Amino acid sequence: MTQSTTWTRPHLLTLEELSREEIFVVLDTAQALKEVSTRSIKKVPALRGKVVVNLFFEDSTRTRTSFRLAAQRMSADVVDFSVSTSSVSKGETLVDTARSIVAMGVDAIIIRHRSSGAPEVLSRLVQCSVINAGDGSHEHPTQGLLDLFTMREACERRGKKISDLHVAIVGDIANSRVARSNLWALSKLGAKVTLVGPTTLCPSAFAEFGARVTHDLDSILGEVDVINMLRVQFERLTSAAFPSVREYSRYFGLNEERLKRCRKDVLVLHPGPMNRGLEITSAVADGEKSAILRQVSNGLAVRMAVLYLCIGAGSFQNNDS
Amino acid sequence: MVAARTITTLIINKQGPADLPALFFSAENRKPKSLYSNLLAGASTGNLKDMQKFMAADDVAQTVRQISQQILTAGELMAGGPLALVGIRRRGEILAQRIAAAIYTETNRTLEVGALDITMYRDDVVGNRSIIIPMGTEMNFRIDDRPVLLLDDVLHTGRSVRAALDALVDFGRPRFIRLAVLVDRGGREFPISADFVGRRLEVPDKSRVRVSLKPIDSDDAVFVESTTPATGGDSR
Repeated sequence: MTQSTTWTRPHLLTLEELSREEIFVVLDTAQALKEVSTRSIKKVPALRGKVVVNLFFEDSTRTRTSFRLAAQRMSADVVDFSVSTSSVSKGETLVDTARSIVAMGVDAIIIRHRSSGAPEVLSRLVQCSVINAGDGSHEHPTQGLLDLFTMREACERRGKKISDLHVAIVGDIANSRVARSNLWALSKLGAKVTLVGPTTLCPSAFAEFGARVTHDLDSILGEVDVINMLRVQFERLTSAAFPSVREYSRYFGLNEERLKRCRKDVLVLHPGPMNRGLEITSAVADGEKSAILRQVSNGLAVRMAVLYLCIGAGSFQNNDS
Repeated sequence: MVAARTITTLIINKQGPADLPALFFSAENRKPKSLYSNLLAGASTGNLKDMQKFMAADDVAQTVRQISQQILTAGELMAGGPLALVGIRRRGEILAQRIAAAIYTETNRTLEVGALDITMYRDDVVGNRSIIIPMGTEMNFRIDDRPVLLLDDVLHTGRSVRAALDALVDFGRPRFIRLAVLVDRGGREFPISADFVGRRLEVPDKSRVRVSLKPIDSDDAVFVESTTPATGGDSR
């Protein structure tokens, strides 16, 4: 393993702003921390006495739980703050909510918000670390990192590098923050990315970001190493983006028949939660090519790494000044 | 400002161990300043100006053999169940491998060797220093109810050993833990001492003792590096 460069960011807002080296720092740290979850004592004391707040303005079970467990495995204290139980429902603004939380003495805020850029705004107004757990259709950096981590693990088993990979991201590209984070990270690491989806959900303008865009899933099946199936986000679709669920499934769903036409060592990813039978069939999701559950366990290691790096960099800078 | 912790490429001093002043072994009558000037006088220009070789490759090899002998003759270590060697990453791990190899050559016994990453257990992991990127612990065996020999390259403040002990007990409950180091340089801040010591040396608190071991480094050696004085005036 090569000696990584260092990390100085107190916040993790986007993957767009990270360098290739910084991405590897997170992946290497996550690799080192993965072992903690295999012990009988699943905890290290690194973030003892630090306080982490989960500030989720959108529904989430997986990401919130993952961040919570990650913080606990690093020995930080975690407070869950959700919209339904908070004064946000009484009309408090995001910034006021965050400031009053920070006033209680917290070291990191993990924020999920429906508006793109909310974490960025917050990071400029509060003194603690801000970690983006998904903002609108902008980015979901820890998901991008855990996808990369899972791909790198698969690469190691196959004697490949991430830069050798051709990755297809399939589905609602236009509304997907997972797609954007993946696209930024994969292109920085030199992988080839093809975006696949119906014309309404996969605008050709994405070619400007260095990706190939196609509306025909079948045409690329044989050449990709990784297929990342995105969830159809009914909550974000404002108008009818495709005629029917059945039609979507027929053209863009990953089923066993399509999987047979893929390379033998293809890796199937899905950020979850899945619409079984819509974008992915159960046979594929639970099949041997699927890394979906590995993504979940890797997500924990990646979030432990992100918390360690950001809170560590934040404390260093605060003490230094 | 915090000094970078990563070990930069060491430039090997051609001077052999025989040329070293004996003051390393008996510094009690000498003030740190005279040691500084000795170090500076003995070194050449450039990067070498504040670095002195204390042990050469053959010296390191000899010391490793000697520690292995001590371990073999200490009855409790070999008799208390299957002994596990656990090295603190990164150079303690190399030391553990070398000692395991030496013990194998001597007795044909294979010992299990683990590598312990103590980053997450350090008392300064978050706070006044830049981020350390952890490497991870690799220990593919259980340590419950068996003797464990912990290894590190340099024993200084004792803080690394404290962290390592905390890390170890998170993996199980060893029968007992002993400590072996290649170099004990004094300067303890915690009540910790080593059971097996390769070489003792006394250096001023501010000096740094650096061990280089293959394959991490280009050669086996131990260096004493005096911190360049802030003003630079008097030691010239």
